[in-house]
Amino acid sequence: MALPSYTETRYRIWHYIYIAICTFVFFFLIAPLFVIFPLSFNAEEFLVFSEGMKNLDPDAFSLRWYKDMVYGTKNPWGLAAKNSFIIAIFATIGSIILGTLAALGLSSRHMPYKGLIMATLISPMIVPLIISGVAIFFFMAKAGLAATHTGIVLAHIILGTPFVVITVTATLSGFDHSVTRAAASLGSNPVNTFMKITLPLILPGVISGGLFAFVTSFDEVVVVLFLAGLENTTIPIQMWTGLREQLSPTILAVATCLILLSTLILVSAELLRRRSERLRGINR
Amino acid sequence: MSSESKQILTTDGIPLEVSLKKAEKKNKIKAFLLVAPLLLFLVITYIFPIGDMFMRSVDDRMVTNMLPKTFKAMEKWENLDELPPEEVYRGFYEDYKLLAENQQHGKLGQRLNKEKNGFNTITKKLFRQIKRKKIDESASLKEQINKLHKRWRDVEYWQAIKRTAPPYTASKYLKGMDMYFAADGSIAQVDEDRRIHRILWLRTLEIAFFVTLFCFFMGYPIAHLLATLPMKYSNLLMICVLLPFWTSLLVRTASWMILLQQQGIVNDFFVMIGLVADDNRPEMMYNKVGTYVAMTQILLPFMVLPLYSVMKTISPSLMRAGKSLGGTPFVAFWKVYFPLTIPGIGAGCLLVFILAIGYYITPALVGGASGTLISNQIAFHMKTTLDWSFASAMGLMLLTGVLVIYWIYNKLVGVDNIKLG
Repeated sequence: MALPSYTETRYRIWHYIYIAICTFVFFFLIAPLFVIFPLSFNAEEFLVFSEGMKNLDPDAFSLRWYKDMVYGTKNPWGLAAKNSFIIAIFATIGSIILGTLAALGLSSRHMPYKGLIMATLISPMIVPLIISGVAIFFFMAKAGLAATHTGIVLAHIILGTPFVVITVTATLSGFDHSVTRAAASLGSNPVNTFMKITLPLILPGVISGGLFAFVTSFDEVVVVLFLAGLENTTIPIQMWTGLREQLSPTILAVATCLILLSTLILVSAELLRRRSERLRGINR
Repeated sequence: MSSESKQILTTDGIPLEVSLKKAEKKNKIKAFLLVAPLLLFLVITYIFPIGDMFMRSVDDRMVTNMLPKTFKAMEKWENLDELPPEEVYRGFYEDYKLLAENQQHGKLGQRLNKEKNGFNTITKKLFRQIKRKKIDESASLKEQINKLHKRWRDVEYWQAIKRTAPPYTASKYLKGMDMYFAADGSIAQVDEDRRIHRILWLRTLEIAFFVTLFCFFMGYPIAHLLATLPMKYSNLLMICVLLPFWTSLLVRTASWMILLQQQGIVNDFFVMIGLVADDNRPEMMYNKVGTYVAMTQILLPFMVLPLYSVMKTISPSLMRAGKSLGGTPFVAFWKVYFPLTIPGIGAGCLLVFILAIGYYITPALVGGASGTLISNQIAFHMKTTLDWSFASAMGLMLLTGVLVIYWIYNKLVGVDNIKLG
């Protein structure tokens, strides 16, 4: 962003103000995440940087809160993590299957009432979560699924499918349908064509939609708060309870792990996006 | 073209038009069958329950079912300014006796008491008389009931019963706007000092509006920077936008709780640069400030991403052309670049606004009493007061607002243009 040498002084000043604003905003976006990291290694119970930490004294740092997270009895983080992963994995599988099928149908040019159906399918993304929570709770209570894993998985499928529908529809928008016709003309049946031709081509879209669905489920707290019983506690619920009652450093240890997980997901999503764009022939 | 001789036939001898229509129909059904599982699933588990919320919010069948004979008799009550005729008293007596036998009379008393204060006492009095068998069913019930308490002789109490007759009511919606049905059936306002819901609606709108505004003013410059920098730098900076986007909402809220607490880093910094005194650290959490700051940071990626995807498509030569035609950089920006980014601005602003208006978790954690929003009130009625019909009514009012905004969004940008990541 070097300025040409003929730039007038006032535009030069404006340019530096602009750079300063941008730096501030990037800092504002990313810095809060980095506060958690060092504080989770705090040897003391307070959520402020101790004198020892400021002086980089090794004794001021410890893995105490990580040990508490794994072995501690006060918060059932182990159970919560197990539940979170089970629920998120099943919700992701459900979302991927239902969402991909629907996206295939929606991308067909023969689909009737496309706009209306698309709006219905992605409505769980638009409707505020609190309203979804109330509605889903009424359904699950009537169906006898409140406070069960099945109920929560179904609820998360509702919330996760819109992401799969959107990403897969986007992938299919650049899809060359003549390849499936070629497969059909060579004697392949529709299922075989889908498995061998369509699926490998749209796979990046399916997986990135699945990642969205996974994160949605893994991070979801509003609907689970209505649905979960003691047995179905998840990581977000434990964090929510912890944050409401008392901010303990153990929560920061959990938060650090979650940030690492989201970094991992970010990297895979980014790689997938690039691969998908390469496959669709979009060069940027 | 319609004559038989000109019609084109397929090899099977069927007219091409018919055959084509048949194939088209088959394709339509095929496409629909692919969508059907998800559509059916959503309709059963999601769309119907939202309809169920509506039914709950207007449902008022309790009294209707409790006093069938009374309301039947009331159809003959013509002059509403005078006490009802003997039949109404008899109907009410019979209904009430049945309720008393089934131990349901207490519920009725409470419900009627909500409609008009003072009902609980006089229905209990009636209950005691019935239990002691002091009422002579062969004589005039009107005289006997009227003798029990002077309120039974007050026509307003009978009017109140009549008001509960319809099986549906909009009263929960009025309550959500701090209004109620007055004695004569007109709509009245709650006393000024008890208008809590209106304050919440206004605050929700205010916070959603300002968060959108902050997000816009912070998001626009960085989206521009990301779109104009060379790829290798912008990819790195993009991580600053995407990492918060993928990070758990609760983690980000937790980090703001650490930063904004009284002994937190932001306050430390203010003390260090001498903005505030060490013993006079301002409260930045559990009020609106906390809600604004945390929500802006959390929703900022939703503003940056649509803006970025629009700005990426604007050729830099347009700005150069504007400048070479004699515009100053400001004029070139304002007249050329800015109008081209309007679709992105619309998408980003409406996305952030819709998300902000229904926010629950962050305001509940960092908002305190003055930073809570309408969603918190809905959750409060769902979990604490258990007034589910009122929570449903409030939820549907919020939903209506969101759908209107969504409709505008769809008109301006199109739902298909939502981009993720």
